[in-house]
Amino acid sequence: MSKSHIVSSFNTDLKHLRNLVLNMGALVEQQVLQATTALKEEDRSIAKRVLGGDQEINALEAELNDAALKVLALRQPVAKDLRNVMMSLKIGGHLERIGDYAKNMARRTNTITKADAFTGSIGTIVHMSELVQSMVSNALKAYNMRDIELAEYIRAQDENVDQMLNTLFRELLTYMMEDPRNISGCMHLLFIAKNFERMGDHVVEIAQEIIFLVTGNWPLEKRAKYDKTSKMIVTPNDLENN
Amino acid sequence: MDITDSVSAKASPEIKASPAIKASPPIMTAKNVDVFYGKKQAIKNVSLEIPENQITALIGPSGCGKSTLLRCFNRMNDTIESCKVTGDIRFAGQDIYAKKVDVVALRARIGIVFQKANPFPKSIFENVAYGPRIHGLAESKSHLEEIVITSLKRAGLYNEVSDRLTDAGTSLSGGQQQRLCIARAIAVQPQVILMDEPCSALDPIATAIVEELMESMKENYTIVIVTHSMQQAARISQKTAFFHLGEVVEFGDTDTIFTNPNDERTQNYISGRIG
Repeated sequence: MSKSHIVSSFNTDLKHLRNLVLNMGALVEQQVLQATTALKEEDRSIAKRVLGGDQEINALEAELNDAALKVLALRQPVAKDLRNVMMSLKIGGHLERIGDYAKNMARRTNTITKADAFTGSIGTIVHMSELVQSMVSNALKAYNMRDIELAEYIRAQDENVDQMLNTLFRELLTYMMEDPRNISGCMHLLFIAKNFERMGDHVVEIAQEIIFLVTGNWPLEKRAKYDKTSKMIVTPNDLENN
Repeated sequence: MDITDSVSAKASPEIKASPAIKASPPIMTAKNVDVFYGKKQAIKNVSLEIPENQITALIGPSGCGKSTLLRCFNRMNDTIESCKVTGDIRFAGQDIYAKKVDVVALRARIGIVFQKANPFPKSIFENVAYGPRIHGLAESKSHLEEIVITSLKRAGLYNEVSDRLTDAGTSLSGGQQQRLCIARAIAVQPQVILMDEPCSALDPIATAIVEELMESMKENYTIVIVTHSMQQAARISQKTAFFHLGEVVEFGDTDTIFTNPNDERTQNYISGRIG
């Protein structure tokens, strides 16, 4: 850890920023977990709680924005302190987006369960969620401990999320082709899966921002993209051949 | 102009900007410089290159040697008896501590502005005219007036004092007095202007005016500034050197120093962790 500031109230301000990000992160983790439980157990009351919980994250983000603005204006941070404030601000933004995806998932869960729509493939989605949850939790740990090795590990983890989306894409298309009555349920599940893929990308951004915060350099190596769904076509022939 | 000549010998009739050279080599270099005050070593083995037509800031805690080095650049330390300077300091390739150097000519090439504005107890006009007059830079009375007016304009002061050039220099506000001192330094056609905390006694508006002035001056002059204000160094300079305990800890682009310094000590100083 670096030394403390001569002006102790500056330290207090920076700690406050860090705590706001961590509190946001804890809420986001909770939201993703709850939204997944709601889907798995087809429990609309949990989904409803998730819908309400998003406001709390948004409020924390607003508080983080205000606090960061104040530090910038009043303390004029430089070097690592400046990177700390800027990256905390950006990380807060990513966490807020992840929270939005959890909320969207809860909304879709509501729709699917109300309509008693198709809910196959949920096992894979739950698995995807667990992976994303572990990435979020690692990101918060890496942010708190300024751990760049853990941040690098997160970047590597995302590959698995992308590949799960590829699998789900095929799987859900297959279900849709098998029976058109599956389509609306499958579409919602596909959007949920895509939400997780987006969450994974946000966590990767967070990991990169942690690396920049600590080292002052962005990771050079470009991360390979494994989400191939934008180029995928599945035809009935493919189905028969399988 | 050669600093071994007296200033008047080759003085050009007009105030001209020093030739602008793109991709400029350093105009001043310090190599392995040690400075002692009696037995106390104030500067330890400092090497620096001051790029032409840029602003170089020297920062560091009190007593770190930054002002001492600044004063070496135009041999102001010669006036301190116990001060001993070793190593190599060059201006435009010439050793400024060589025996043949005319110190008066050197100080006309390398002017200095101090922390506290110190106008002569004379009129505004005379404050600026003094240098060109003693160096014989003016060919006639009207030429001297021209030099004074151009210098006051370059120092961003002329519009404020044009109708009272005969008033005492000391009648001006602190910020105006500091700009008068800058005009006085400019009047003898320096190439380098050394500034030792020029804004530390000024209010924020007067500081902003001086900073704006420095920004416009760098087209024609090389500026080396010692400042205690980290924000000032960040705002105005292109290069920053961080001094600590008589050594240069880090010297580089100001952008880098204030966003991602290499040395932990620089990081700790600029972010307010060590003083």
